[in-house]
Amino acid sequence: MSTKPFRPDVDAPKYEGKYAPYDIIKEGTIAIVVVGLLVVLLATLFGSPDERAITIKTWSNADPVDFATTALGELNGTTITAQYGAPYNTAAPGQNLGPLKLAQFAGVTIPVNTVRDFVIDPLSSQPYNKNLSAALAQWKGASAAQQSSWVSNYTKGASKMTWSNGTITVPATNTGPVPTMINSLTAMARSGALDQALVTGGGFYTTNYTKPLLFVADGTYLANLAQKQHLLGSQWGMMNETGSYPGQAWLWLYTFWYQVSPFSSSSNADVQVSALMGLLSLLLLLVPFIPGLRSIPRKVKIYRLIWREYYRS
Amino acid sequence: MTTAEIERQWTTRLRKRVAGHLPPEKLLPDTQPAYVSSWIYVFGVTTIAALSMVILSGIILAIRGPQWWHSSSIGHFINSTHLWSVEIFFFAMIVHLWGKFFMAAWRGGRSLTWVTGVVTFLASVGTAFTGYVSQTNFDSQWISTQAKDGINATGVGSIFNVLNLGQMLMWHIVLLPLAAVILTTIHVLLVRVKGVVPPFEDEKGTTK
Repeated sequence: MSTKPFRPDVDAPKYEGKYAPYDIIKEGTIAIVVVGLLVVLLATLFGSPDERAITIKTWSNADPVDFATTALGELNGTTITAQYGAPYNTAAPGQNLGPLKLAQFAGVTIPVNTVRDFVIDPLSSQPYNKNLSAALAQWKGASAAQQSSWVSNYTKGASKMTWSNGTITVPATNTGPVPTMINSLTAMARSGALDQALVTGGGFYTTNYTKPLLFVADGTYLANLAQKQHLLGSQWGMMNETGSYPGQAWLWLYTFWYQVSPFSSSSNADVQVSALMGLLSLLLLLVPFIPGLRSIPRKVKIYRLIWREYYRS
Repeated sequence: MTTAEIERQWTTRLRKRVAGHLPPEKLLPDTQPAYVSSWIYVFGVTTIAALSMVILSGIILAIRGPQWWHSSSIGHFINSTHLWSVEIFFFAMIVHLWGKFFMAAWRGGRSLTWVTGVVTFLASVGTAFTGYVSQTNFDSQWISTQAKDGINATGVGSIFNVLNLGQMLMWHIVLLPLAAVILTTIHVLLVRVKGVVPPFEDEKGTTK
């Protein structure tokens, strides 16, 4: 009868040494009390961050030109959301991992049409206003080519956009209803009505803030505030939070890859970093089954520090 | 009913199986091998203690709803205890994980203990992340709008919408905590069934 050879990285030696008293209930109780006191101490000393959420109202009042520029971007299809691709629209194929276009394969499951959802529908929800109603009627009655021509003409002058006396002005001609629409949307935003229109577009009850968050993220106001709080991607953004708090420090490796080449300059960085972290997580999960990897602890001998009393005896 | 019939019952068989693998003296031991005497062993029970504090503070926050802590000083304090217990939880868990790695704690038929530990860690990362995007403040606005790109790029964003507060809150307070607690329970029971991994044989090749 043959016995399997002892594999030091897979098998454990049979322990026939001494045993010591061990009160597991007492240990658990002490741990809960000590950790509880530590938590209360840290919470008392340092608290927690709670920077108020920005609204489209605060954004459009603080920087009406940035808001109006973003609104124009939603109309002419140049914002991040308008050009995103899946899961919001089909404007772009999305990122690819080698031959795999995972986002595109998953499809458009959260449809967002920036012209309709961010401009036309909110404006249409407003109480009757003669100029706005006429502008919307003109827009809706025009061909796609005509709409595109108006928006294109307005966009040409948008770099000289100004805000004065409560009005957005752009030096451009043959712009049809676009100036009225942009001004009406800006006025709507500054009153707070656009916040409500974007949230309640799906009905009275909602817990879904996808549309207002996408709209806000399309502007530069949110990113500028985040930069001041050191939250940009290039500032190890997602693992941080406002103020001097540890944030999600356990995401350091995920965030690290975004800081280094080739990911820092890759147009497919998001899917590449996600795939790499998925692979590393799988390796960590399967360490016990991977020859070589599972031998590292025995070879680096840190265990001799951990069990130094045992080896000393 | 005959004894044989009782022995064949699912309940009888399950009870005997559980009692065989996890008798009371293993579930609640009063002695342990002498080699379990390093500071590193503290971090396992610290992780569980911190998890208890996370759950307790989370339950208090849940009682008053997701926005209570913005307007109440008591609510803000409870939120602070939630934050710091999470930070301690992750610190202890990561030290515990690396400690177990350097002990090669999967040896001796303990690979499932290792696997459940790693899966618990990953589930905890997800639980914390969904908490960060459910704070209903500037942090949740920024983190969710940034994180959406990484998740959308993998295709997962088609069903896991980080901009949907209701969906993220449900994942944070129901689905992922349930997974984390169940996984932790399985992990701890496996530790009790299999015991703490013995040290490597020493350099002379002898077994103590």
